[in-house]
Amino acid sequence: MTELLVKNACVIDPLNGILLETMDIPVRDGKIVSSVSSAADVIDARGCLTLPGGIDSHSHVCGTKVNFGRYMSPEDMRAGRTARRGKMHVTSGYYVPTTFGNSYRYSTMGYTTVLEGAMAPLEARHTHEEFTATPHQDMLANTLFDGNWAIMESVRERDFKKTAAIVAWTLAAVKGYSIKLTNPGGTEAWGWGDDLSSIHDPVPNFNVTPAEIIAAMIEANELLGLPHSVHLHCNNLGKPGNYRTTLETFDLVPDKNNARQTLYATHVQFHAYGGTTWRDINSKAEEITRSVNAKPQIVMDMGQIMFGRTMTMTADGPMEFNLYCLHHNKWSNHDVELETGSGIIPVLYSKKSLVNCVMWAIGLELALLTKDPYQCLLATDNPNGAPFVKYPEIIGLLMSRRYRDEEFATLHEGTGQRTAIASIDREMDWNEIAVMTRAGQAKALGMAAQGKGHLGEGAEADIAIYPIRCHAVDPATEYRKVVEGFQKTMFTIKRGRVVARDGEVIVEGANSTFWVNPSVPEDLSVRNDPEFVRKFREYYTVRMDNYPVQDVYLPRGKCIRTEGAL
Amino acid sequence: MIIKDVVCPFCGCLCDDLDVEVEGQKVIKVQNGCALAEAKFTGSGRLPAPIRRTPTGWDDVSYDDAIRETAEILVAADRPLLYGWSSTHGDAQSMGVHIAELIGGVIDNTSTVCHGPSILAIQEVGHPGCTLGQVKNRADVIVYWGCNPTEAHPRHMSRYTTFATGFFVPEAQKDRTVIVVDTRRTESAEIADEFIRIERGGDYEVLSALRAIVRGKGNVVPKMVAGVSREQLFRVAEICKKAKFGAIFFGLGLTMSAGKYKNVRNAIELTDELNRHTKFTISPLRGHGNVYGSNEVFTWITGYPYAVDFSRGIAFYNPGETTAVDILRRGECDAALIVASDPGAHFPHAAAAHLAKIPTVLIDPHMTATTPLCRIQIPCTIAGIDAEGTAYRMDGVPIRYRKVITSSYPDDADILKKIHDRIREVQGS
Repeated sequence: MTELLVKNACVIDPLNGILLETMDIPVRDGKIVSSVSSAADVIDARGCLTLPGGIDSHSHVCGTKVNFGRYMSPEDMRAGRTARRGKMHVTSGYYVPTTFGNSYRYSTMGYTTVLEGAMAPLEARHTHEEFTATPHQDMLANTLFDGNWAIMESVRERDFKKTAAIVAWTLAAVKGYSIKLTNPGGTEAWGWGDDLSSIHDPVPNFNVTPAEIIAAMIEANELLGLPHSVHLHCNNLGKPGNYRTTLETFDLVPDKNNARQTLYATHVQFHAYGGTTWRDINSKAEEITRSVNAKPQIVMDMGQIMFGRTMTMTADGPMEFNLYCLHHNKWSNHDVELETGSGIIPVLYSKKSLVNCVMWAIGLELALLTKDPYQCLLATDNPNGAPFVKYPEIIGLLMSRRYRDEEFATLHEGTGQRTAIASIDREMDWNEIAVMTRAGQAKALGMAAQGKGHLGEGAEADIAIYPIRCHAVDPATEYRKVVEGFQKTMFTIKRGRVVARDGEVIVEGANSTFWVNPSVPEDLSVRNDPEFVRKFREYYTVRMDNYPVQDVYLPRGKCIRTEGAL
Repeated sequence: MIIKDVVCPFCGCLCDDLDVEVEGQKVIKVQNGCALAEAKFTGSGRLPAPIRRTPTGWDDVSYDDAIRETAEILVAADRPLLYGWSSTHGDAQSMGVHIAELIGGVIDNTSTVCHGPSILAIQEVGHPGCTLGQVKNRADVIVYWGCNPTEAHPRHMSRYTTFATGFFVPEAQKDRTVIVVDTRRTESAEIADEFIRIERGGDYEVLSALRAIVRGKGNVVPKMVAGVSREQLFRVAEICKKAKFGAIFFGLGLTMSAGKYKNVRNAIELTDELNRHTKFTISPLRGHGNVYGSNEVFTWITGYPYAVDFSRGIAFYNPGETTAVDILRRGECDAALIVASDPGAHFPHAAAAHLAKIPTVLIDPHMTATTPLCRIQIPCTIAGIDAEGTAYRMDGVPIRYRKVITSSYPDDADILKKIHDRIREVQGS
């Protein structure tokens, strides 16, 4: 038995309605309890801001395309490197760091859980290998279904139960957590070098539309009772005028779940563009947030961009090719048979570029114009919009109008005409930031039930203590203190163990991977469907028996068994 | 007993449909595999126990002693090299990187004498590729450039390309046009619809000519380019542009001939250009079963796919300087650990000769051309035969090797773990 007592913590715990209360947090064997014995180790938080461990609900940190981003970028590896020190391995990289680099940086920022934004099922084993080498965060994998042949065929047949059964088999086989759709249908079209331009375009050869795929996957998701909702990267990412596609997509979404949203729309900044070309691009954040404010069934994340160099990487292969034609930077592409696509290209977001300035403003506008912070979470689509080490700056921008104004003054002079950011007064408070960085994520991912994102009794003791005295700091004016405070915790505690202290990781990690195994009646199981088995054998290049990820890849795997309504 | 769906660990195709018949602890028959697979599974020549060189020959030595001495050699070295890694699984590769990190060594894998130039090209211009199933199901044009899959990757054509039936190419070879580019008429060229025979060292020029034609600048192309006629170049460019889905595969004929990584860069940029007309992909034909895995594992731990030097504490990468052959050729290296590869057979003479001068330890199941160069050899399991573990196919698809027989040999990952732990002990004291 190990016991820990965090004393004098100034706690914000939105899911339990605790706001800046100074209290003690007793921990036993990795969980928060009501009290501990006098023998417990003691950490004195000295009245500093204490939050549940941070959760990133959309980040690209592990797997085939992330590693290819590293592989093709020695210039980035040189841009950030640390030597072996204490328990810390060598790290390399700034925007696509090595796995240990990601893990240490997240940990010293107080992040204890991360959802990998896109895992191709065929390459899941790779993602899980890297999860093991990202040892300080519990990991979850969004599993890609956007161009899945079997799914599209079942959608065409309007057989929702079959759609659900295919999802269930795949999630269990690849140890995935949730359904991810990236440019649904578009990634299959990209198999021929094409894309779709509307959610009502038919996918070549499959005769289904993105709208139909999205609707069917929402049905399947809820039939299976998955903890998270469908996680959608909308069609037409990054195209001027795409806000119409985004609004049209949001209008498709019914409200089907009382505990959480029915659709998680990711990196919406990239999907909120007005105009018709790069010359007249403008912000449509107001239209997007008007829709979201009226639809409790939708949660989004910002997809904020920050200025500087980074790497774009997504399953959205055609989008990356468009970006290549625009930038002529080095371009990688990796289509995955029967499942999805992917692409990678480095970018520089510059204040001299009006387009980039408009993008910067849109992300902030989305957060500031969404009334309920549970509906707009803080993320950069790491590393697409910016590496996650920029999160503290984003927090500062959301909490301080003065900081925004100062930044705004350095932007391209046309920014004000294309965006509304300069006229927004809202300054977010500590509680709203706590929602946007942990409580909201826990709720949206369905992880609160697993003890994540809150500090109530029975919760996992994932705790971040920041060197910030909330009562003594005015974020509106002292935003630099806020930014600095969120960059390095005094203590990051993971399952009751201090893992990082004052910016140093001090122990070897022992993370878990959460995955979902939905129960499906035997007669619906696709393993017993001869047609599914035949097509698998004929068209995949891996045998069905060699496809599932073995348990050995998840040394501390946590299986969530769901009982749906199938 | 017949074990089904076994993964062949020999080449980068990682065919996973073999039926392997086992009697006791011996493989007696391999079905579905190529001749190389059969030889791999039924091969002999395994070293029975660890050996240590004496002035006159070899002594048997215990695993514990061999491991202890290896750790001492590595700790005592100023510029240790850890080389190989391509015929084992990911756990061993990962442990190798951690040893290199611990001792400030250089770690390199067989890409260094193989597709290293391809990696350099990719680092300049990226890599538009795909999994092999995309090619199998869609490609109506296949290009093999500077490679001879019929002999080096015997099932590549039947499983993934020319002879494979795919969803959109149900008639296999009838639906596909095959173009082979080489300096000599290989067996692969025999089945080509279009064979382009180029003069030695002419790859770069021919690629440039094709790029010009695809870009609509064909008027600059002379009558003959490196032995290839203008007519043929135009014809081939047209076939490629009209393809629904084209796939280029290339081998060492491109990476190791004059021009090296610039050849590959040119081929990638031709592919980029073709993507403005249709869908085109390009992929290296990787040799060793898990060479791509060594690139992957090195990359997620260190940031670099090969040639990683930890001597500065941080990970440092500069191929040409931190590559195994260069470190040996300069006589810089003062101890070497070779794992799962055979530099004695593949390295230039000067590099191999240096291995014989310094304390070299080999961890490998077989007596190989490297055995005579080393001071100690520690035999281990063969990944994919008596050990399981992860391997990455040439297209990045990770597959788990199966264990089809049980042997008394220790896994190389376990041997390496013991060496690692022993080094920590020595360093701690």
